[in-house]
Amino acid sequence: MALTIQGSVVERAHASFTTHMVQHLLFGMLAPLLIVIASPFTLALRAMSVHHARRCVRLTKHPYMHVVMHPLTAVTLNIGGLWALYATRLYSMMHESAAIYVLVHLHLFAAGYLFTASILSLDLVYRRFGFAYRAIMLIVAIAGHSILSKYIYGSPPGHVPSQQAEAGAMLMYYGGDAIELIVIVLLCFQWYKTRLIKDQSSVL
Amino acid sequence: MPYGKKNEHRGVMQKMALTNTQQDQIQTKASQNLWSGILFGVGFVGFIDEAVFHQLLHWHHFYDKSTTAAGLVSDGLFHALSFFATIASSFMMAALKQAQAFRFRRWLGGIFLGAGIFQLYDGIVQHKMMRLHQIRYNVDIMPYDVGWNVLAALLIIIGIGLARVNQKQRSSKARA
Repeated sequence: MALTIQGSVVERAHASFTTHMVQHLLFGMLAPLLIVIASPFTLALRAMSVHHARRCVRLTKHPYMHVVMHPLTAVTLNIGGLWALYATRLYSMMHESAAIYVLVHLHLFAAGYLFTASILSLDLVYRRFGFAYRAIMLIVAIAGHSILSKYIYGSPPGHVPSQQAEAGAMLMYYGGDAIELIVIVLLCFQWYKTRLIKDQSSVL
Repeated sequence: MPYGKKNEHRGVMQKMALTNTQQDQIQTKASQNLWSGILFGVGFVGFIDEAVFHQLLHWHHFYDKSTTAAGLVSDGLFHALSFFATIASSFMMAALKQAQAFRFRRWLGGIFLGAGIFQLYDGIVQHKMMRLHQIRYNVDIMPYDVGWNVLAALLIIIGIGLARVNQKQRSSKARA
């Protein structure tokens, strides 16, 4: 994550769409995934006194959190945000204004985190949705991601030359797959564990 | 004497009840075997398509820009689905093995079925109707299309055969 916001990488990302894509993959997908696996909220709660921890858990039960942590919201924010970035003028606007640039990248990371957190439901979640529901949401998101990468391949955002857009799009497609692979394996492993428990209890 | 008989009777009833629930379980496990195979087949064809036709032979194009919007959506959904299916079906298979309920032939039948259905869909709907991309460029496409779809049909027929033979064997065993 530090790598992606390091000055030289940012400069190159301005110049090259491919580097921008690497940044996008690391910042919007890989970093959130690693942070979700690390479960920072669980760690924080354990480090707190019981009194404070209870207050924090109460916060997660707030209706606002229900809406935001819902897989449907998370997918919309994540994939919708990406479409807004690459399929509208936002991409060129981002390179003209520093404020928009920072906002876009904050959103990229936050939405990536929210999405991974709500699909995997590893860390401090009020409600864990069923496997099938989360699986469908994940499939929709992967589909949205790969459709968008082909869209970029066909119609480059802003003033990106078509050759760079094609390389970047393919990187987004295959790189995205690699990271989503980890998410799928983790999600299916959760299913496998609960299935084993169910099988054992039905034998007994 | 009557006491003993009553007990014996109860024992038989319990045995029958057990076989009934067991049969239910066998039924669900049988469909799980089939589904695990079908999902794996879909994923496997997706993988072959990607690895052989896109990467090795370079017959298919990543995106040849003549696609309809529906084609792109369909392609994206199937890409995600086949990707997910491979991994999910592997975990399903692991769970079946763990429960000692894995049946290879039924699973294999499922693979053929899944592979055939996906290939037929890819060949007819995605290549032809949605013009996603063609099998090969700068050649006469007709024999490729026919070969592709005939192969798909063959896969489906083999799949149905394998899965059904297995079911017949199972039901005749249950009757015996």
